[in-house]
Amino acid sequence: MQIKVNGVERSYDGDPNLPLLWYVRDVLGLTGTKFGCGMALCGACTVHQDGKAIRSCVTSVSAAVGKEITTIEAVSKNGLHPVQEKWIEFNVPQCGYCQTGQIMQAISLLKDKPKPSDEDIDAGMAGNICRCGTYQRIRAAIKAAAGENA
Amino acid sequence: MSDSILNVSRRGFLQGIVSTGALILSVRMVPEFLWAAETSVGTHADRAALHPSLFVGIDTDGTVYLVAARSEMGTTSRTSVPLILADELDADWKRVKLEQAIGDKRYGDQDTDGSHSVRDGFAIMREAGATARLMLTQAAAQKWGVPVSECESDLHVIVHRRTKRKAGYGELAAAAAKLPVPKKEDLQFKPSSAWRYIGKGATSYDLADICTGKAGFGMDAHLEGMVFASVEHPPVLGGKVKSYDEKAPLQVKGVKQTIPIKPFTPPHHFQPLGGVAVIADNTWAAFQGRKKLNVSWDNGANASYNSDEYKKELQETARKPGKVARNIGDVDAVFAKGGKTMEAEYYLPHLAHATMEPPVAMADFRDGKVTIWAPTQSPQAVQETVAQELGIPPENVVCHVSLLGGGFGRKSKPDYAAEAAILSKAVGKPVKVVWSREDDIKFGYYHAVSAMYMKAALDEKGMPTAWLQRSVFPPIGSTFALNTTYGDGGDLGQGWIDLPFDIPNHRAENGPAENHVRIGWLRSVANIYHCFAAQSFANELAHASGRDSVEYLLELIGPARIIDVKATAPDYDNYDGSPAEFPLDTARMRRVVQLAAEKAGWGKRNLGKGSGMGIAVHRSFLTYVATVVEVEVDDKGEVKIPSVHTAVDAGIVVNPEATRAQFEGAAVFGTSIVRSGAITAKNGVIEQSNFNDYPVARMNEAPYKTTVHIVDSDAPPAGVGEPGVPPFAPAVCNAIFAATGKRIRELPLSRNPLTA
Repeated sequence: MQIKVNGVERSYDGDPNLPLLWYVRDVLGLTGTKFGCGMALCGACTVHQDGKAIRSCVTSVSAAVGKEITTIEAVSKNGLHPVQEKWIEFNVPQCGYCQTGQIMQAISLLKDKPKPSDEDIDAGMAGNICRCGTYQRIRAAIKAAAGENA
Repeated sequence: MSDSILNVSRRGFLQGIVSTGALILSVRMVPEFLWAAETSVGTHADRAALHPSLFVGIDTDGTVYLVAARSEMGTTSRTSVPLILADELDADWKRVKLEQAIGDKRYGDQDTDGSHSVRDGFAIMREAGATARLMLTQAAAQKWGVPVSECESDLHVIVHRRTKRKAGYGELAAAAAKLPVPKKEDLQFKPSSAWRYIGKGATSYDLADICTGKAGFGMDAHLEGMVFASVEHPPVLGGKVKSYDEKAPLQVKGVKQTIPIKPFTPPHHFQPLGGVAVIADNTWAAFQGRKKLNVSWDNGANASYNSDEYKKELQETARKPGKVARNIGDVDAVFAKGGKTMEAEYYLPHLAHATMEPPVAMADFRDGKVTIWAPTQSPQAVQETVAQELGIPPENVVCHVSLLGGGFGRKSKPDYAAEAAILSKAVGKPVKVVWSREDDIKFGYYHAVSAMYMKAALDEKGMPTAWLQRSVFPPIGSTFALNTTYGDGGDLGQGWIDLPFDIPNHRAENGPAENHVRIGWLRSVANIYHCFAAQSFANELAHASGRDSVEYLLELIGPARIIDVKATAPDYDNYDGSPAEFPLDTARMRRVVQLAAEKAGWGKRNLGKGSGMGIAVHRSFLTYVATVVEVEVDDKGEVKIPSVHTAVDAGIVVNPEATRAQFEGAAVFGTSIVRSGAITAKNGVIEQSNFNDYPVARMNEAPYKTTVHIVDSDAPPAGVGEPGVPPFAPAVCNAIFAATGKRIRELPLSRNPLTA
């Protein structure tokens, strides 16, 4: 099968049930996408499929055939994505492990809701766990990326 | 740097080394008394030449290399400690490159735990920075033929004041390296008014890499030819493999082999749990292979562990007299007189760390030596543990420290790194061991379950004339020594034998409890349950007396004074801080209470129905914290936290922004404890497995806004990573009482709902 990740199409002949997460991490060596739970409970593995956030830990490689998969490594073609810029400006991360997933989720959320309310942010981000507890800064960074005062 | 030779002086605290063209200094963090035990200094020194092993090096191009000897798990230790050195050196932080230290005794204590990285590093980093700065200043003076006293540093340059000549650090490095290392007494430290970074802080050195996915966590370690491993652990602590299917896992595409890991020899310490490993060419295949192992277990004695029964035992024990750990006056005499008394019992369950990055480590064993890459809070414990497991000397274990995807104490225990080392030796290839989330939740070093009993006699104003408290919990010591059932000075010094109240008759006791799972440190440790009981009970007394909670708390703390805890609690260790430097000062405690209350608008705001405010104060890790939490409780008993105000006196704060972040995060960590945190066992098997049945706070459940108020202080730096956690849970429960009249004596709310 042919899998397209970050604009590059590659053929793959391994287990078709292999979750996309482990394909990008262990096969392609794209380690910005993280393993957190394996059950779509934490969002650390979030990537984009045709521009929308999905959980790569429960998406098989075969299900990604014919789709455009984008990981954190390619989410911005030039320099930083505006959401990444706000993440840095608001000094969001602590340990940082979940943050690539948070950023991928936030980018997807802002596509759907360019001016998200607090409720939109809660609904959009509740699937992404941060054990360090950076939620307040995540919310502020999302609002700033949407051009609102945090 | 690789060809430098470290000349370790047994008397000197600082050693200078001359290497080609660069000035390099190292500072020992080893207390004098430990040196005698370190017989292999020479060997370490020779080996160190191959690895970064020194705190500062200045290259001829002006690049300043600073070595971070503590781990980065989100608290900014890796940035904030070297930042102190950069400040004293007057170095331009933009020209600093950080290098992460391998595990090496020459750095002294490398444990990133106990909220003491800045506390330990403060003097040592300043000394190293001042030494380098003086040598550069001397080199410049020599170059210009002027007195040293006429020269001074500015940002990354030495300036001759009179002639306004300047020379950069890079330009001076080679000449400075030829000078003798100055004595400590000749050093001049910057006055605090000249600090560039201390008190202003810096963002994490790794911030941009984290946001772009380039940061290197343990999970991201990779070596050519590496294989992946996943381990099926005994479901009950101390269990042993009876039999398993060696062949079936090989049916899974990508699985290469299975390898048994021997059970540990009690006490478990940091040894691997044992079980069977599946080796595969990717992580997922290893996970799948495990499902076909069909292991038959001999569960052993801990299969008797049932949390429901154990809870009753703990509570029974807490009702009986225990070992006296602190005594003031005579509580029994007061109770015997009769009069008004109050009693209450509190209970908190086991907790799991649930770091977002589960335990993971990569090891490469070859020729009797092993190199480990691990997200670890203690690279030296990795060396010791792996050495023990493989029967090789610790110096044959090199431990590289990656970024940690969360630590919270779990990654102080390197059982997972030992697994990687054992498996690499068995396979003959580099092996990365990856724990699943289920492994992480089911096979932790759990925060102790605890029961507390409290009794007070009250005078006519409602103030206690006697206060008795007992706590019972399986102690962390059980991880290191068999038959350890009582807490030690460390456990009890965390908020139990240092109760800072002004009460004439007080006794703190501790009852025995056996462990049936591995017990370990979890962010703020015993302070969590001790603070919960003490601050909840104090609030119960305030309400029982019809008094305002803040006013009552201040009266309980009493007048500003220094409490000599050790005088009444001989085992008190004050977090290994000297009482002279870090006294228990009630003036500082009162101040944070007043500040938090003032900032929260305590007593000044009209809260609606179902809303309430609660306060709690606690000193832990030598830092004073008061937290005011506002809650809204709806008809279904669902609790929302719109606002938190936390006042912090942590002495000198090196990195205020990172400190605020720690306290914001502590409120979320505390929210998990309040709402949902509970690990329970049935027949010795942990019942939880992932974020579905061990939920942690999500964005919509976390406090909406936490505001952190840092007290300006010139006291020595104390901890910031942990102290925010303990007062949070009692502050929430005190707020719930204010809002609803319902007193929460057991957590989490998910098991003790408000509607019940």
